[in-house]
Amino acid sequence: MTLFGAGMILLLVFVAVFAPQITKYDPTCIDIQEALCQPSLEHPLGTDLLGRDLFTRMIYASRIALLIGFVAVGLAAVIGVFFGSIAGYFGGKIDSVIMRFADVMLCFPAFFLILAVIAVVGPSIFNIMVIIGLTSWMGMARLIRAEILSLKTRDYISASRALGASNFFIITRHLIPNGIGPVLISFVFGVAGAVLTEAGLSFLGLGVQPPDPSWGNILMEGKAVLGIGWWVILFPGLAILITVLAFNLLGEGLRDALNPRKL
Amino acid sequence: MINYIIRRILQIIPILFGITIISFAVIHLAPGKPTDLMLRLNPKIEYEAREKLERIYGLDKPLYVQYFDWIRKIAHFDFGRSFTDNRPVIEKIAERLPITILINTLAMAVILIFSIPIGIKSAVRRGSFFDRVTTVFVFIGFAAPSFWLALLLMSFLGVRLGILPVAGIVSLDFENFAFSHKTIDLLRHLILPVSVASIGSLAGLSRYMRQSMLGTLSQDYIRTARAKGLSERKVIYKHALRNALLPIITILGLSIPALISGSVILETIFSIPGMGRLMVEAVFTRDYNIVMAGLFVSALLTLAGNLIADIAYVYADPRIRYKA
Repeated sequence: MTLFGAGMILLLVFVAVFAPQITKYDPTCIDIQEALCQPSLEHPLGTDLLGRDLFTRMIYASRIALLIGFVAVGLAAVIGVFFGSIAGYFGGKIDSVIMRFADVMLCFPAFFLILAVIAVVGPSIFNIMVIIGLTSWMGMARLIRAEILSLKTRDYISASRALGASNFFIITRHLIPNGIGPVLISFVFGVAGAVLTEAGLSFLGLGVQPPDPSWGNILMEGKAVLGIGWWVILFPGLAILITVLAFNLLGEGLRDALNPRKL
Repeated sequence: MINYIIRRILQIIPILFGITIISFAVIHLAPGKPTDLMLRLNPKIEYEAREKLERIYGLDKPLYVQYFDWIRKIAHFDFGRSFTDNRPVIEKIAERLPITILINTLAMAVILIFSIPIGIKSAVRRGSFFDRVTTVFVFIGFAAPSFWLALLLMSFLGVRLGILPVAGIVSLDFENFAFSHKTIDLLRHLILPVSVASIGSLAGLSRYMRQSMLGTLSQDYIRTARAKGLSERKVIYKHALRNALLPIITILGLSIPALISGSVILETIFSIPGMGRLMVEAVFTRDYNIVMAGLFVSALLTLAGNLIADIAYVYADPRIRYKA
């Protein structure tokens, strides 16, 4: 199953990178004559209300979904590892301030927090990446902190300190590389979550803005043709499901591989 | 136990303080002032008019003064007025909140009713056909976006078959119905939103229940229970289940923010007039008082949910009850 997940992710990345080579259509080219065509040889997944080829829009949307997923969670990982390692290594007041801050952030239902920020800065692909990143680092901070708390008492850390290594050196060369495992697992699950969040935001009209294609905003347009154009609703949802499933399966696989303790 | 609960409630105070700071900061630290957007619509606006508007909203004062003004007001449940219709924000929220709480409570009940038996059965019959089918269901239920499921159900059950209503929480002529008819009408409208709201957490929780049950079943005291000749029923439901349920209570508490997040999208799809939809409308109209209040209230809901989960945990686990 892990291999299936990894395989799907590779396929998705391939499709996203070579999108212009895979399809002959333009994702934003409107052709009213061809509006709401059923899936056919000409349009394998049909066309939408404005006559745009659905398959084309979906593979261009995969670019945006993966870009937002990786960049947003990457940002969350950087912030989480930064705060988490400082909190875990120095302990004391710094630790309690950082971790209480994380606790408070965790009290906010993610969607409400993200929507509130979007209300102020407005929706765009860049803003969404940054906002998802800024609102999802807390779990990773906790994970790396827990790892560092147990790692920093090891002998090799004392040895390193005795040899005159700076705190910065110990954290970045010893502690983070050794404690990054759980963060990696969380990263993979996080991408799945970010893809879902982006789709949800775009579905509400507060994410990727039309005419740029996103699986979420294609679904939003599909809602308008509910009961007429089933393909406009079915396929983008399947794309989200498969993407999220792939990352979740890879995450589960990684977790089993990095954690030898089996039930 | 009372001591524990009091201590737990006292711990909420600093968190509550943190919540107000973040709710305030989100709106006020972002580049630009809330009034900028109102003014941008009218480029001809005079400098004096801008100043006046900023004075009305207190935006000319230093940030920390604005913050304490805001805190003092919300301590009296005054969240200001809505920019769009000038009604008090608290009134608009009070109108919307019960619906969101109702849907989430029902969803929580559905989650518990289904996920626990599913989890137990797949753990007890590990590797069976049932276990494999539910595992597939869990992975798909976890990955499928709820709004997509909502659209599929709406187009199939609502539009194609026409057996369930797809929008709102009551019919148009609700006021004229008799009481029993009203209840049925409300329930019929709630079926789709509640099922869609519960599906994701249901999948996740049955997975956790399965893991937790598997973990418990491999404990020594279960072997002891079996060895002393107890029936398998008793071993599973009396000895294993009670222990396996403990981590589930914690996870249930942790899944509350996700459930509340979910109501944003679901209420919008099903045109349900709840908190989530109010928030989305406020974001579109840049109604900052509502956004700020909505954010604050959503965090309060999470906090309340976590508190209930913690108290339930103490109630369920005698070890904590006696220690405290």
